[in-house]
Amino acid sequence: MLSYIGRRASHSIISVLGLLALVFFLTRLTGDPSSLFLPLDSTLEARQAFARLHGFDQPIHWQFLNYLRDLVSLDFGQSVRQNRSAMEIALEAFPQTLKLAFVAMALAIALAIVAGSIAATRPGGFFDRIVSLVSLTGASAPDFWIAIVGILVFAVSFDLLPTSGTGSLAHWIMPVFVLALRPFGLLVQVVRGTMLSALSAPYIKTARAKGLRRKEIIFGHALRNSLLPVITVAGDLTAGLVNGAVIVETVFGWPGIGKLMIDAIILRDFAVVQSTILVTATAIFVLNICIDLLYAVLDPRIRY
Amino acid sequence: MSPTSKSTSPLLTVENLTVDFLSDESPVRAVNAVSFDVSRGETLVILGESGSGKSVSTSAVMDLIDQPPGDIVSGRISFDGAPIGNLRGEPRRLINGQKIAMIFQDPLAYLNPVYTVGRQIVEIFACHGVASGKEARERSIELLRRVGIPEPDTRIDQYPHQFSGGQRQRVMIAMAIALKPDLLIADEPTTALDVSVQAQILDLLRDLQNETGMALILITHDLEVAASMADRVIVMNRGEIVEAGVARDVFTSPRHAYTKKLISALPHGDTAEGGNRRSTIPSGETVLKVENLTKEYLFSQGLFGKKQSFRAVNDVNFEIRKGETLGIVGESGSGKSSVARMLLRLTEPTAGRAIFAGEDIFSMNQARLLAFRRKVQMVFQDPYGSMNPRMSVHAIISEPWAIHGDILPQARWKDRVVELLELVGLNPEHVDRYPHQFSGGQRQRIAIARALASEPDLIICDEAVSALDVSIQAQIIDLLADLRTRLGLSYIFITHDLPIVRHFADRIVVMKQGEIVEDGSTSAIFANPVHPYTQSLLEATPVPKWMAVRAPRPTGRARDALTL
Amino acid sequence: MTALISDITVSPRTGKLRTIWNCLKRDKLALAAVIFLLLLVIATLAGPPLIGDLATKLGLRQRNLAPFSFQHDWIYFLGADTLGRPIIARLVVGAQNTLGIAFAAVLCSMLTGGILGLIAGYSERWYSQIIQRLADVVMSFPSLLLALIVLYTLGPSITNLVIVLAFTRMPIYLRTTRAEVLELRERMFVSAAISMGASPLRIVVRHIAPLVLPTLLTIAALDFATVILAESSLSFLGLGIQPPDFTWGAMVANGRGYLANAWWISFWPGLVILLTTLSLNLLSSWARTFADPQQRWRLQSLRKTPR
Repeated sequence: MLSYIGRRASHSIISVLGLLALVFFLTRLTGDPSSLFLPLDSTLEARQAFARLHGFDQPIHWQFLNYLRDLVSLDFGQSVRQNRSAMEIALEAFPQTLKLAFVAMALAIALAIVAGSIAATRPGGFFDRIVSLVSLTGASAPDFWIAIVGILVFAVSFDLLPTSGTGSLAHWIMPVFVLALRPFGLLVQVVRGTMLSALSAPYIKTARAKGLRRKEIIFGHALRNSLLPVITVAGDLTAGLVNGAVIVETVFGWPGIGKLMIDAIILRDFAVVQSTILVTATAIFVLNICIDLLYAVLDPRIRY
Repeated sequence: MSPTSKSTSPLLTVENLTVDFLSDESPVRAVNAVSFDVSRGETLVILGESGSGKSVSTSAVMDLIDQPPGDIVSGRISFDGAPIGNLRGEPRRLINGQKIAMIFQDPLAYLNPVYTVGRQIVEIFACHGVASGKEARERSIELLRRVGIPEPDTRIDQYPHQFSGGQRQRVMIAMAIALKPDLLIADEPTTALDVSVQAQILDLLRDLQNETGMALILITHDLEVAASMADRVIVMNRGEIVEAGVARDVFTSPRHAYTKKLISALPHGDTAEGGNRRSTIPSGETVLKVENLTKEYLFSQGLFGKKQSFRAVNDVNFEIRKGETLGIVGESGSGKSSVARMLLRLTEPTAGRAIFAGEDIFSMNQARLLAFRRKVQMVFQDPYGSMNPRMSVHAIISEPWAIHGDILPQARWKDRVVELLELVGLNPEHVDRYPHQFSGGQRQRIAIARALASEPDLIICDEAVSALDVSIQAQIIDLLADLRTRLGLSYIFITHDLPIVRHFADRIVVMKQGEIVEDGSTSAIFANPVHPYTQSLLEATPVPKWMAVRAPRPTGRARDALTL
Repeated sequence: MTALISDITVSPRTGKLRTIWNCLKRDKLALAAVIFLLLLVIATLAGPPLIGDLATKLGLRQRNLAPFSFQHDWIYFLGADTLGRPIIARLVVGAQNTLGIAFAAVLCSMLTGGILGLIAGYSERWYSQIIQRLADVVMSFPSLLLALIVLYTLGPSITNLVIVLAFTRMPIYLRTTRAEVLELRERMFVSAAISMGASPLRIVVRHIAPLVLPTLLTIAALDFATVILAESSLSFLGLGIQPPDFTWGAMVANGRGYLANAWWISFWPGLVILLTTLSLNLLSSWARTFADPQQRWRLQSLRKTPR
């Protein structure tokens, strides 16, 4: 088990390094890096001074080694806009996103399992049709549009909820709902599908021949087996939640890592962009390892 | 086990049962007006080939048919005098698991993979309110011990995938007999198992029946299993009962044409040396000579664990002459298929030589290998799997010519495909059809036609008839024998079923755990098996029940004298 | 029981289209989705030549014109934007860009992912490993962020947008293809072909690729919806398509500032995105049921035997 985690961690580090290298070389290969690193309105002198300072006149592989050396010594650069450590800024924003993502995902998973498994017990029934349509709509809806329509209805027209910011519980309602909608929609589809196939699996026939109660068959045998694929998908969706967070945080002015990244991109604050990548990537790799471990707990056939 | 006493009424009666499966527009009839009954202590065998509807009627008894798409059109099912056909919910639970229990063909799929076997047995005691907690666990361990699982008190906490195929079926049986049901339904319980394991499972079922006096309904496609277990038999074909009666009468003097066909096709049916399909040509020149063939697999345990080796094939030697058929017989894991794959260079051997036309197969370069692959062809077990489902029959048969450009000019392909189809007994008008439009036997004929297309000297048949129904097996063997005589082919015929090669192979090699334990001429092997393993293979073939009563443990040779 | 059904129902090849049509008729939502998609395709192909000019025609009198007014031309039925351009015309032109970009991206990712997947699945050489690790890196990071970063460095343009979208979706095809190839290469017909002497190229092209293709097309159909959403998000954030070109996502972004007084500028393009992706999802959900022999009966008109 430990050796497995070690192996996974080393794969993850290689992946993060690959990602950073990708970003690093992309930025250097597409022209003058100082235009990326510095604000668009900076002067020519400032650019030249910047280039000299950061060694852009050196060969590219040398630059990359320098960059890695800085990484190892935990130097992630300074934000050119805020004049403080870029990593500090990223780590400040990260918990905000984490809270939002956790609430949204917990809600999406819980509702999806309930709705999906009830729908699967009576396929084609009224509840199933409603759940299918709602979940497909949730999976198909552009989240930025849902957010805008939400603001239009609940903030502009009826003045029930705040348009942006954090603070009260009311500030949470729309961001959480918009963020949870797509994972919820996709997960319901998965739960319903795996439940349907689990319910027609041979071991369910055995359970029926054994004379188990319907409740025991559905929740004891079928749901337990259909949880396995659900966990995989839920893990991928949680990682993908960062996508939604960028949109939601931008629209609702939530001070999380998604908004930070967009802002940094627009302001050309490159060190911050790279720090947010590093933080997000690390979080996702930790998440993936947790998913794998959970999988091993739930499926006795898997041993690492 | 004595046949039912006439005084008691039957335990289970099924009358006039008709079941449809609904599909687009018109329903498909799965069973039509089926009636049967079974009494305590009796074994009823429902015999039929795949698609005969033999499982549907017992599924109806257990209320396992989903409606829709299933649709029970008519029929009365009564158990112990009371109708049970329409029972659902709680009343149904008083029957299922308690009065009637069922075991299935593929225990790995029919056991829940994420729960320990212990939990799955305890569950039965718990949900029927018989026992719980420690007592249920104790009783489960006892059950596992009874069905012959070694060290039951530790293995109870293991998961289904940690058991072997035969043990899993034992676990299923333990679950089924937990509450001492009056009726046990066994749906193809031994089909996926090796013959020797099959015999053990059948023995276990027989013993349990003796102990508890339960009724047993055994569903099978295997005539020998049927004969060895049945007091009474019903034979099903296309959803209807074509023949029913006391086992001995049905097997020894079948009345219905379908039953006659089934029984005559049985390769073990006639044991007279005269009726054989062996080669008539006396030994010709050597086609292939295999020397010291060995295949070793290395696997490591853990990240830095030390390498372990496993010999799938160990020092195998044999040779085959022109016009001859060599049978390689062994159970799963014997290495027989590894031999075939190595001879075709689908896997590389660890050591050894195979001399074909004066040249070692294993040291050929790409060009020589290509030429060799023209001369040696293979016919696989599953004719559907061995053909690309998206290629038409024409494309399948002409593929060797597309690969080896020098065999036949493209202009002649069409005519030659027609010739080959006629040669293997297929309608040449079907050249544009796809594999799924043919039956299993027809597909195997296409596979043979494809093998013949490159005009080979040697054809390796790997379990070539094992996936086919018995009546079709004989036809394919006849075809192969006929082609051998006409085209002067040699065969290596690999099978797990010793009796099937009896009338076909000239010589037999018996393999066990990667080694050859016995070889010799077919008649010698059957008449006088020397190695204990060969003897056990011959014995493992089930013995008809009405004979077993008189001679409980016939030896291999004694069995030989019996006629079915 | 399902084994039995497949045993006894051998559907004839003829009338396959009729079967599909019958099953489609039974699912009203899927039928509606097909009709909507057909209308959309017709509008996208025929619309721009007819009303494309109107999409850029400024109309001072129609500025922020509210929808559902019968006093103006039908083209203003859904209202007009802040520059008085009719929304309907802009939706049609936006459709061409949105669907065109999505189609190009899906095609590129399917082709590259499929080919790389065939290589990674069939070959055991070093480059097979490299391909897989690369896919892992791309997969392990949220696609929108990756796209943002790449667009940030490459600069936004339609070509870059297609490349980025294709690049982020490519691992899906690669992994699926590779998984299928790993399974298919163990199948007996591949062993049969090898034992007949077929070359690796022939096996991949003749035997494996044709069997992988249907799976890839199924994914592509579903992925089309994902790519439309991804493109809209990027354009909404301002890193996608740049003015004067526009897509539905960019239209939503343009109207964002006028929510309080002209909600329709943002609302309609978003609704069209929703309807398009919903239709695609409804259709693929229907196709999944149709393709599953255990579930297909749900889409068929079942007639019981009279008794």
